[in-house]
Amino acid sequence: MFGILTSAAFIHGPIETGGQLVVVLGGVSVLLLLTFTKRWKWLFREWLMSLDAKKIGIMYLVLAGLMLVRGGIDALMMRGQQAIAVGAGSGYLSPDHFAQVFSAHGVIMIFFVAMTFMFGLINCILPLQIGARDVAFPLMNSISFWLTATGAILLNLSLVVGEFAATGWLAYPPLSELAYSPGVGVDYYIWALQIAGIGTLLAAVNFIVTIVKERAPGMTLMRMPIFVWTVLASMLLVLFAFPILTGTLAMLSLDRAIGMHFFTTTLGGNAMMYVNLIWAWGHPEVYILILPAFGIFSELVPVFSQKRLFGYTSMVVATMVITILSFGVWVHHFFTMGAGANVNAFFGIATMAIAIPTGVKVFNWLFTMFRGRIRYTTPMLWFMGFLFTFILGGMTGVLMSVPPVDFQLHNSLFLVAHFHNMVIGGVLFGYFAGLAYWFPKIFGFGLHEALGKLAFWLWIVGFAVAFIPLYILGLMGMTRRLDFVDAASGYHPLLVVALVGACIIALAVSVQFFHFLVSLRERKHRKDSSGDYWGGRTLEWSTSSPAPLYNFAHIPHVHGRDAFWRMKEKGESGREGPYEDIMLPKNSAIGLFIAGFAFLFGFGMVWHMWWMLPVSLLGIFVTILVRSFATETEYVVPAAVVARTEAHHHPV
Amino acid sequence: MKPSHVVALGGAGAVGFALLLMLLTHGAGFPLLAPSGSVGISERDLMVRTVYLMLIVVIPVIILAIFIAWHYREGNTKAAYTPNWEHSKMEEFIWWSIPFEIVLVLSAVTWSGTHELDPMKALVSTQPPLTVQVVALPWKWLFIYPEQGVASVNELALPVNRPVEFRITADAPMNSFWIPALGGQMYAMTGMTTMLHLMAPTAGNFTGRSANYSGAEFAQMSFTARAMDQSDFDAWVAQAKQAEALSSGTYSSLRVPSDAGPVRYYGSVDMTFADILDLYMPMRMDMTMPMGSSMMHHP
Amino acid sequence: MTRHASHDYVPFGLWVYIMSDCVLFASLFAAYAVLHTETAGGPAAAALFDPHFVLIETLVLLTSSFTCGLAVLAAERKNVRGVWAALVATLLLGGAFLAMELTEFGNLIAAGNSPQASAFLSAFFTLVGTHGLHIFIGGLWMLALLMHVAIRGITKGTSRGILYFSLFWHFLDIVWICIFSLVYLFGSLSL
Repeated sequence: MFGILTSAAFIHGPIETGGQLVVVLGGVSVLLLLTFTKRWKWLFREWLMSLDAKKIGIMYLVLAGLMLVRGGIDALMMRGQQAIAVGAGSGYLSPDHFAQVFSAHGVIMIFFVAMTFMFGLINCILPLQIGARDVAFPLMNSISFWLTATGAILLNLSLVVGEFAATGWLAYPPLSELAYSPGVGVDYYIWALQIAGIGTLLAAVNFIVTIVKERAPGMTLMRMPIFVWTVLASMLLVLFAFPILTGTLAMLSLDRAIGMHFFTTTLGGNAMMYVNLIWAWGHPEVYILILPAFGIFSELVPVFSQKRLFGYTSMVVATMVITILSFGVWVHHFFTMGAGANVNAFFGIATMAIAIPTGVKVFNWLFTMFRGRIRYTTPMLWFMGFLFTFILGGMTGVLMSVPPVDFQLHNSLFLVAHFHNMVIGGVLFGYFAGLAYWFPKIFGFGLHEALGKLAFWLWIVGFAVAFIPLYILGLMGMTRRLDFVDAASGYHPLLVVALVGACIIALAVSVQFFHFLVSLRERKHRKDSSGDYWGGRTLEWSTSSPAPLYNFAHIPHVHGRDAFWRMKEKGESGREGPYEDIMLPKNSAIGLFIAGFAFLFGFGMVWHMWWMLPVSLLGIFVTILVRSFATETEYVVPAAVVARTEAHHHPV
Repeated sequence: MKPSHVVALGGAGAVGFALLLMLLTHGAGFPLLAPSGSVGISERDLMVRTVYLMLIVVIPVIILAIFIAWHYREGNTKAAYTPNWEHSKMEEFIWWSIPFEIVLVLSAVTWSGTHELDPMKALVSTQPPLTVQVVALPWKWLFIYPEQGVASVNELALPVNRPVEFRITADAPMNSFWIPALGGQMYAMTGMTTMLHLMAPTAGNFTGRSANYSGAEFAQMSFTARAMDQSDFDAWVAQAKQAEALSSGTYSSLRVPSDAGPVRYYGSVDMTFADILDLYMPMRMDMTMPMGSSMMHHP
Repeated sequence: MTRHASHDYVPFGLWVYIMSDCVLFASLFAAYAVLHTETAGGPAAAALFDPHFVLIETLVLLTSSFTCGLAVLAAERKNVRGVWAALVATLLLGGAFLAMELTEFGNLIAAGNSPQASAFLSAFFTLVGTHGLHIFIGGLWMLALLMHVAIRGITKGTSRGILYFSLFWHFLDIVWICIFSLVYLFGSLSL
């Protein structure tokens, strides 16, 4: 009945029990709050069952925010341990717990913060930017979100029941094999990622079809905003990379669950194959994340430079070149595995080649600003922060793409500093810029600028104080993932500095949350009544803020790039009557059901409750079957309602 | 705050932070920047050369970025403003060609450097290489000297100025064998051998460790690499000869996961490197089928 | 009524999905290519597989693809009985294919060549089994289609459903041709 789940799975040491209590009490207090405020019905009807991409996007953003807190606490715990642990057995975390923390930190930050944040922004903005009423498959969109959320829930459940992987975020075998990791931690890892990964894959299918098929009339490919291009590139990468992850994790789970030998040390298993496969996914994954960030910058730099984007065609070509090259560089993650000089040199040079289109992008942004009128708003500050940190990260990246140099820097804290440089300075700053830029569009009111700028400066300072010491420690020969250092190594003082940096970042995140709250309280006088908060150039700014359910009263007709800019120049608003009826998808609980069954499946796999597997699969099949008979899946927004909504948002 | 204040504050903060870091690292070793081994020195030189090459582009770009960001701020109404300028073939050609050219140069450097510093390549020396067989164990290092017939745990003795050919495997999850002061690392994996060549031109003690996470007590997996004169090395071997044998029994207890433990020596080696590799020979335990032509595989 | 009908996009979406499934199979093929010599002292592919049996299996699946095509044609002509006959035939042939595959698996396991016996066998069972799993899902899809036809008859929706299904089914055919060639044919040639 309960597989290998026993009461022992709930019993932990004192620090783990703290984590357990936080999760349980947090969950219970949310449930109580909902019950006392009688918000359950509202929550389900308006949000959880919504098929509106804008609402799904907001749910993605909320999930990313929650996970940022969780992953951030992990980061502080790690920095704390390394700052106090001098000599074996010191510090407040056991070696195994420390390993769980750094593994969870990586998994959460990549899959449940970065990916989730990205899909949040895409959902909120992409349909608006291409002049669409919603995505191609609204129900599948809801399923994608809920599968992602299920992955996150499963991962965090490991805090309460059992343990998490103590293997690092990519779970290299043979360490992640049953022989060396007999607990359920790696299984939580596998199934959290498998379920979330399927959600991601479905989302990619959805957005590819949306971009290819749902663009407003007149929006040819070469008239698409660059953000749309980069999302298309990113989703194509998901499409070709995520199935490799699915296959690889499936093989690992077959090794673990039924004793196969893909990556074991015995009977011919080959762990090096795992390393190759996981990076064949993992490297494109980096570009899956960074390309939309590049797209965001390409949107906001023209707006805040009050000038057209320089070199549109170059931007598109550069994006596509990066997309293709990103599949040819995975070996640079393991130059030290004993491949020959020809192989290493080839992959090193391929890696450097990516610097070419990336450099072109930097030049194009700079020349968009050149002879512009630059307004240093919060989004633009994030761009400037990105520019300078990214140049450092790019340099250290090219440095490590030289194989003999990498022999020395690989697995050191220099490497750790480098990829945080790219993922924080590149990806996260990009998404923060996007959130600050599109916040008025998504929520209908602007953000407190001064607090936003304060958060930015704290982030920049925190980033420098946290990661420059790591670069230096790498040059001192300190490897990653050490739960203690020796006093004689001389590492300790810099680790204390890095902890201070992590605390400054924590302060920056707190200021960000505070600034959302302050802005929310002052939302009345921060209201974006024009719909065009910044003086935008693209279609999302042509509708009201927040966009109505149906996005556009009339599907816009596009006559060139910067479609909304052209409309404004001609004095068109695209909102005048007469209006017609609009059909929209009805809300549906199907996504919740499928995710619920997927959760049961994952939980059953983790704890070997085999009976749950057929039950949950049957549940999914029946859910889909029932849905396939549904006929009334759409409803009509009558023209009169459209007219009233438009009049309300834009009183003449 | 005025922009000039921000700049002044940022500059002062950066200088102060740099001073603090210099103070904190005063006296600490930078094995990657000031290595002792010949391979490490070549790798460091390659690193420095790469950085200089990149700086040829990066410094002008940073200056350009600062200039553009400052000069074209909204408040500066004297600056030129061309809101519809969006394309220039010449400029874009330059954007593509600058990084292209620098990457071309870097590629040439990479190609030759990678071949020159191939870890599998024997080092040029008047002396024949010394072979040391390295076994990553949970969580300790075993070094076998097949020519000398001795072995040690957590201590690696190397004669000065003689190239060393490391043959590396693991009887544990994947590790990485790394002596930063001597040169780059190499993975240690079960059932297979990887190779690394290093040489210490001067005597000294260097810290070596595993660079790839391999389980709970991974942080303990460090050892001392002691580069010494030939006479000291001979004495070290002679001293090791006095110790017990590395029998399969002693080896069995070594391979049990445990703390790194003390330095240990073995006077003879019954459990050879080949025997340790054979532990991972992919043979079925339960042979219900007759043997086919399957002996071709040996890692 | 200006909203598109979502179904306009399904064929394209299905193609996009199939591309991703190709990548999944590609990674399993890659694993098989890497591991197929790792027999751990056991027999290699040539000694294990019966090419004649697999040839029959292949013919069964190819025939099911043909009957699947007939179902699409019958649906276009609104021929309910034709749809029934062709879909049931496809379902039975798919079932027969699965039964043959499971028989082969059963024989292998009974002879001690289980997926746990070597990396080669792990890769073999997983690659072929993943295809089999897709066939099984296709079977469920057919059952659902038959229910639709039974309840609703041949409508635009059901005939579209049959068309979409046929895309998936033909794709599985192509994957099987790859498995047949790379695993069984090359295997029996000891390549």
